[in-house]
Amino acid sequence: MHPVTPVRTYVIIWLILTIMTFTTYYVAQIDLGQLNVIVALAIAVFKMMLVVWFFMHVRTDNPLTKLFVFAGFFWMAILFVFTLGDYFSRTWMPGGKFW
Amino acid sequence: MADTHAVAAGHSTEDSPHLRHHFDDMGQQFDSATFGMWVFLLTEIMFFGGMFGAYTVYRSMYPEAFAATSNFMNPAFGAANTAVLIVSSLTMALAVRAAHLGQQKLLQLMLVFTMIFGVAFLVIKGFEYHEHWVDMKVPLFTGHWAWDGPEAPPQFAHQAQILFCFYFFMTGFHALHMLVGLGIMTTILMMARKGTFSPTYYTPVEVSGLYWHFVDIVWIFLFPLLYLIGHTKKLI
Repeated sequence: MHPVTPVRTYVIIWLILTIMTFTTYYVAQIDLGQLNVIVALAIAVFKMMLVVWFFMHVRTDNPLTKLFVFAGFFWMAILFVFTLGDYFSRTWMPGGKFW
Repeated sequence: MADTHAVAAGHSTEDSPHLRHHFDDMGQQFDSATFGMWVFLLTEIMFFGGMFGAYTVYRSMYPEAFAATSNFMNPAFGAANTAVLIVSSLTMALAVRAAHLGQQKLLQLMLVFTMIFGVAFLVIKGFEYHEHWVDMKVPLFTGHWAWDGPEAPPQFAHQAQILFCFYFFMTGFHALHMLVGLGIMTTILMMARKGTFSPTYYTPVEVSGLYWHFVDIVWIFLFPLLYLIGHTKKLI
């Protein structure tokens, strides 16, 4: 089982998540061109990692569970890389650019 | 092996009425349950991953159309719902902590808070869906889809429907998961009221928490990808 996490840790993580939500909301108003989507996804991935690591206790899970969590996201990365690799290597995309 | 495991987990191997016969000790049972839940969550990752993948392909095809269409979504609702879900994740984490420490009253209180925030999310979502219904932004429903006005470039008439289809399918499946989560929380709350949980046995609370946090993560991605594409629009 897990050691008990202090309330302070949970509250700090919640604060960071809330600040990140406001950040993504306001950054979206600034026109950064292609960077907008990258910033939005970077913030979302960061928030996800905080939730997985602290709220979902993967931080203190055993190595087998850690490996499976990693494998899950790795498997989704395969889904994305193969699907997009296929679409973008054919001349199917009318826009002609990535985003 | 069983003993080292128990020592590493910080618990004795004394008999608990909740220890099933095929496990060595409570620590191993707990690890197996959380591991099993994660395996289920991996299938959920792939379930939503498929939709996110399809979304990425179509957004790459029609970036301008998606940006223009996103202007018909209300980011204030989306941001409010993100905040509500994050708070619910905090109360969920605190509920698991209370269960782990054997704080029965706090556990029940935190579970009730989690459910209140979950319901608040669905109510906000309901208002939002109602707005789309009134605004004629529900594709595939004759009489509830219209694409006109200065903010609706006519060349995007078809592609706008693609984004709104993604919007309704993805947020709809997410809302469905929220409903399931509320059902799970109701069950856990009833078990907690019966005094089922103790510092040696709080596995159902922990595992339900994993599910709740997962649903939160899905929304963390839905919010920027659906609401915040049209970066030229004025928010608040």
